[in-house]
This record gives sequence, C-alpha cells and structure tokens, in this order.
Amino acid sequence: MSIFKKLFTAVRGAATEAGEAVVDSQALRIMDQEIRDAENELKKSKEGLTTVMAQKMATERQVKEKHKSIEEHEGYAVQALDKGDEGLAIQISEKIAELTNEVTPLEALLTGQASSVNQLKQTIKQTEKRLQATKREVALIKSTASVQKAQDAIAATHSGSTSAMSSAMGSMQRIKARQQEKTDKMNAALALETEGGDGDLKAKMAAAGITDSGSNGNSILEKLKAKRGGGASA
Amino acid sequence: MSKMKITLPDLASALNALDTEGELSFQAEVIEGEVPTLQVTVSDREEFPIYITIDDSQILAVSYLWKESEIKSGAREALLEALLTLNIPMPLSAFSKLGNQYVIFGALSSQSELNDAIHEVEILSDNTLEALESVSEFLQ
Repeated sequence: MSIFKKLFTAVRGAATEAGEAVVDSQALRIMDQEIRDAENELKKSKEGLTTVMAQKMATERQVKEKHKSIEEHEGYAVQALDKGDEGLAIQISEKIAELTNEVTPLEALLTGQASSVNQLKQTIKQTEKRLQATKREVALIKSTASVQKAQDAIAATHSGSTSAMSSAMGSMQRIKARQQEKTDKMNAALALETEGGDGDLKAKMAAAGITDSGSNGNSILEKLKAKRGGGASA
Repeated sequence: MSKMKITLPDLASALNALDTEGELSFQAEVIEGEVPTLQVTVSDREEFPIYITIDDSQILAVSYLWKESEIKSGAREALLEALLTLNIPMPLSAFSKLGNQYVIFGALSSQSELNDAIHEVEILSDNTLEALESVSEFLQ
C-alpha cells in the first residue's frame, strides 16, 4: 500500500459512542518506519549522485585533455609540413587520429553521465518534496492523536464531576440565582450604609458575606443582560 | 515539535495565586493520568469547570456546554447557525462538539507565556456564560 493511502487509513473515521476518531497507532508506527526507509533511500540516492557527478567531472577532464593534445599535435603536424618533413607529418597525423578515436567514445560517455546527473537531481528533488509533505501529514495525525487522548482524559475527568449531571440552562439559572443573591446583599449593605451614615462599606459588605468577586459577577450579568436586550441574533 | 514552555503545575500555581479585586478567582487541581489534566473551578461559576491539557503542540482549554439532548426540538439548525456566527466575534474561544457534547474551547501554542494562558482561561470562562446567554432560546 502506498504511503499516502496508509495516511488515510491511519485516521479511521469510525464514530464511537463519544464520536471519537480512532487513530491507528500501529499504522503510525509503520508509516514512521516507511519515512525512515524513504529517508535512507534518499540519502543513498544523494550519495549516488555525488559519485556520478565525480565520474562526470573525471570524464570531462579526460575529454578536455584529449582535445588539448589533439590541438597540440595539429600544431606539430603543421610545423612538420612547414619543414617539409612529410614523413613526420604523417606520423603525427596518425597520432591525431588515435587521439580522436579515443575522445569520441569519451564524449558519448560524458553526454550519458550529464543526463544521469540531471535525472537523479530531478528525482531527488521530487522525492524530497513528497517526503516533506508526508512528514507534515504524519506530524498532523500525531498531534490529532494526542489531542484525542487529551479529550478522552478531559471527558473522563468531567464525567466524574457533578457538573456533568446538570443541564447547561439549569447551571446558568443557579449561577444567576447566586448573582442575584449577592446583588441583593450588596444593595442591602448599601442601604445600611446610607442609613447609618459613615462606616466602612467594605467592612459592611464583608459582614454581609459579600466578597469582591461578587461585584465582578454582577457587572458581567448586567453586561450580558444589556446584550440580550439589544436583540438576539439568529 | 518543540518542548512545551509552561507545565500544568506551573499553570495551576499561577491560577491559584490569582487574587485580584474584581477579577475571577480560580481553584486549579492537576488530575494525574496518561494525559494529565488540569481541572479549574471558577468561583461563582462552579458549574462550568475548565479542563486544560498541554502537549508538544498546544495548550488546550475546554469547557463543557450542553448535550444534544438539551437542544429544543426543531431548534438545532438555528442553534448551529448561531454558534458559527458567534465564533469570530467571540474573542479567543471557539465552539466545537465531542460526540453528543457541545464544548467551547481555546487553544494556544505550547510556546505561549504563562500570562497568555491565564488570559485565555479568563476569557474562556466569560465567553462560556456569554455564549449560554446568547443561545439560551434554543436550549431546554
């Protein structure tokens, strides 16, 4: 199975009672191994590329040397002809022919090696791109798996709590009732304060059992009420 | 994936220590397990605890809202519409669903500072109440 197909099967959308997607840790382990294998292959390809490139350079050098030698001998041949030494000129020409016969296959080899280098470079580039994409996918799946576990832990913790038993609206009503109680107490304290004249309001609030967080709750409730009064959005 | 910056015990201590006038106060407790969870009780809103987990990729804070069974009959579509609409205007938090349970959550990079995490938790608590108020017409 291709590594990409495995990616999809690793996150099976099978909905359980709690609607969790199951991440197949076995499949993840296999994919991790495949990524490691692919990286090894890539490494070998790169080493192979280095080797072929070195060979190509060697061939280039040889071809260059041969051509240089041919040029030199052509020079010698002309010199020989100038001196009128045809015999020598012919010998030199034979040498040139020899050199030419040697360089031709080398040039063919060079062309082949240049082509190999280009192909290898392209393949390596493509493989690297795909490997990066695969690694990103796997990282995403792993973090999904870890979030999944976190959700499970949270669900387990929550189900043991009392808040799990009540409805959302019921809870809201209880909160509002408590806020109302605090507001009433604060109003009572304020009334006392006005009545009694001076006196530390804070002390009175404390005596009435009102803590600082009560004022916060009240102001939030007022804010919420104001928002509700502004018209509910669909 | 980089190492997380803050830990659950760090966050628990910081939340427990908060005692500013007019601000929310918390009681945070680390629940050990395969994935340790921080259970945060918010004073005056004990009905809506916040659960926090931290791993290599994110700090996740979740509050439970309502179950499918609590939605008024025929109101589900309107409710979902409302939630989607609320997602952006509501700062930092977003809605989601785990099976039959609707939740509100905030997620932070694990590289966040302690103050950012605290802020996220405070906002999450406020948003929980605000959200419930906003969609109360759709719930039983």
